[in-house]
Amino acid sequence: MKILVAVKRVVDYNVKVRPKADGSGVETANVKMSMNPFDEIAIEEAVRLQEAGKAQEIVAVSLGVSQCQDTLRTALAMGADRAILVETDQELQPLAVAKLLKAVAEREQPDLIIVGKQAIDDDSNQTGQMLSALLGWSQGTFACRVEVGDGTLQVGREVDGGIQTVTLKMPTVVTADLRLNEPRYVKLPNIMKAKKKPLDKLTPEELGVDITPRLKLVKAVEPPSRKAGIKVADAAELVNKLKNEAQVI
Amino acid sequence: MSVLVLAEHDNAELREATLNAVTAAAQLSDDIHVLVAGSGCAQAADAASKVAGVTKVWLSDDPAYAHQLAENLAPVMVDLASGYSHLLAAANATGKNVMPRVAALLDVAQVSDVIAIESDDTFVRPIYAGNVIATVQTIDPIKVVTVRTTAFEPAAPEGGAASIEALPGAGDMGFSTFVGEDLTKSDRPELVSADIVVSGGRGMGNGENFALLEDVADKLGAAVGASRAAVDAGFVPNNYQVGQTGKVVAPQLYIAVGISGAIQHLAGMKDSKVIVAINKDEEAPIFQVADYGIVGDLFQVIPELSAELDKI
Repeated sequence: MKILVAVKRVVDYNVKVRPKADGSGVETANVKMSMNPFDEIAIEEAVRLQEAGKAQEIVAVSLGVSQCQDTLRTALAMGADRAILVETDQELQPLAVAKLLKAVAEREQPDLIIVGKQAIDDDSNQTGQMLSALLGWSQGTFACRVEVGDGTLQVGREVDGGIQTVTLKMPTVVTADLRLNEPRYVKLPNIMKAKKKPLDKLTPEELGVDITPRLKLVKAVEPPSRKAGIKVADAAELVNKLKNEAQVI
Repeated sequence: MSVLVLAEHDNAELREATLNAVTAAAQLSDDIHVLVAGSGCAQAADAASKVAGVTKVWLSDDPAYAHQLAENLAPVMVDLASGYSHLLAAANATGKNVMPRVAALLDVAQVSDVIAIESDDTFVRPIYAGNVIATVQTIDPIKVVTVRTTAFEPAAPEGGAASIEALPGAGDMGFSTFVGEDLTKSDRPELVSADIVVSGGRGMGNGENFALLEDVADKLGAAVGASRAAVDAGFVPNNYQVGQTGKVVAPQLYIAVGISGAIQHLAGMKDSKVIVAINKDEEAPIFQVADYGIVGDLFQVIPELSAELDKI
């Protein structure tokens, strides 16, 4: 089995993000960037499948600016065998990303594509589903468990009331949820080794994909802030305040 | 200009999320159609036809739609799409699974998790875990939108008299098969739509101690939630999780017990009307968003709270 994993370079999850003063976007200058945490889980799952003898090759793909190579090197250090960067300075929205990944998938012919369920920057939660639709494949979104069968994949999905289990015909697209696994820490020797692994570059033009954005950002602002309230002494005072002041019980 | 809403249901009953989506649809059009696709789902379609504001219900009854698998459901929406300006669904497990598939098949963008509608083509949505609120405009002819249920009041479940039109099912596409479901059974209200939520964090220590919260929750008619830390520690199942990657709630009253208030958790509850924090760490960030705070040992405070609630 060959696995393709898409990884996105995003603002690090520990950074407190702020809109630009003029509301034209989000302040990303001199901000620490990392691999989207859900994509780390996606890579980890692929590596575990390979370690279990279920997969032969893992190809990591990233799309965007030249610095996405850093994200791909992390994926290679985690265990991906080679990497592809689809390089562009243009803004990429989920539909365009799905189209680019489809074009890459048509070249690479993977049996399984794993992506994070959402990116923590735009929080769209769309790319995996869109990619599956464009390829005409099955989809296993919000996966918390993956088991390889004979030409099929059984996936446990996190749904509103609990866990749903589905069997998917392969090839398929899986989107990784939080509890699929806990990604490993990358060890230094693996970082060194990753520098020697192959990293190819493509462009949207070479893949023949129109990446024109469909959504225009009108403005980006801070959310209304909450003020800290008061401390109360004990449960009796709390119940009194909730009943008589806030009137919510 | 008509709007099509994807109903969420269990074949018998309409889920409340559908009512929130109808309210959002009403801000776009007076002509609101609802698609009820399921298996033996006539009762759910009946319920949809009574929702205030709904003008037409499409009933597509086919065994292939029993579990609303995205691969089977998306083509139904796509076939209907040309008659609509907007396709809407609630941004929860079903809507998030199906709607991007619909959008891609139509070659249009999706606007996810909308919290306000500014005009036909302009929507407000949180990004970066709610740290930034973005207003976005779409240029596509058909707008595919998922809405955050807590941002729109539910439409009245009675008062409408929509016609129901049968839509032949397309059968199983053969991509995926439903195997089973492991759902948490509870007599308490649903987390996302409850008026009061009592949530526990890592400070609860273990899963058994959640019984303390359940006791308080039952006295308040509340749902029980948890922080990611409590779920990751295995105290409670993952569908309890409130936060950026779990459920987003906005009840009248949110009581956070033994929860420090990581930004990922705040993203899931900071739109609650009144927030109470109970934590032994005075410096815990949760106190910065709480209306009322008690600094103290939850194992002392919660039994006291339970006793006080008996008095009212």
